Amino acid sequence: MGGTEILQRLKSRFGPAILDTHERLGDATALVERGSLVEMLRLCRDEPALGFDVLMDLTAVDYLKYPGREDGPRFEVVYHLYSLPHNHRVRLKVRVDEDDAVVPTAVALWPIANWLEREVWDMFGVRFAGHPDLRRLLMYEEFVGHALRKDYPINRRQPLIGPAH
Amino acid sequence: MGVGSFFTSKLDEAIGWARKYSIFQYPFVTACCGMEYMAAACSHYDVDRFGAGLPRFSPRQADVLFVVGTISHKMAPVLKRIYDQMTEPKWVVAFGVCTCTGGFYDNYATVQGIDTIIPVDVYIPGCPPRPESVLDGLMKLQDKIAAQTQRF
Repeated sequence: MGGTEILQRLKSRFGPAILDTHERLGDATALVERGSLVEMLRLCRDEPALGFDVLMDLTAVDYLKYPGREDGPRFEVVYHLYSLPHNHRVRLKVRVDEDDAVVPTAVALWPIANWLEREVWDMFGVRFAGHPDLRRLLMYEEFVGHALRKDYPINRRQPLIGPAH
Repeated sequence: MGVGSFFTSKLDEAIGWARKYSIFQYPFVTACCGMEYMAAACSHYDVDRFGAGLPRFSPRQADVLFVVGTISHKMAPVLKRIYDQMTEPKWVVAFGVCTCTGGFYDNYATVQGIDTIIPVDVYIPGCPPRPESVLDGLMKLQDKIAAQTQRF
């Protein structure tokens, strides 16, 4: 199934919950509403014609001070889905604000989401509601802040032992 | 100089000679430099020529700690503990530019040189170091071992 058809199918099913779509050079992308995210991911996985059985990646983008996005929600959580039987892909994006940086978890759909969501929490400070074990994945527990946020000072060091050069 | 000091200085030399040819290393390999370490340690370049051919995988049996690869702040306490577990006499080799200075990883995650945590005897820079520089570093370590005052 081509990207246009995938997006068309999602739009016909969810209508207004899909805020925006774009497709360029085969990267079909849908910007979706947070409330219908899990339902949409479940449809993507379970509907035979879509068959997105692999969550390739789950990451986030910090749009702080990004030209043209100054007043919009700060974070975008991105889901990269891939279908082994159909060999097609789609991306779903959810926008969340800094004050309310919570997204429903996808652990029930793909077990790999467990660690991917922990990484996003660790690096960006976006929480995942319903996650069974939302601890830092890469950094140590004593680490303060979230290292990949654009306002994390580039020269800030938090060593466990040794000087804070 | 009496007979006694002549005797101890000769004994020092003898022990130094023995120690420099029985380097039991502990390879603390964390990153890509490990491949280069393996290449330098295997038969083509052959560190066994310098008596360093038998890596020990317990710090309690090792004399020289080879720190090979990037050390993150999360890994730093582990490295410190490994160093503390080694028995005297012990030496440390910083293998690769990441262990020497942090290399190009000037970021939140990386220790800016392992000498901020543990003492280092020989630095082998390079990303990764060529086998020739590894062997050069090893020979410098041998000279250092042979020349120092031996405690036993």
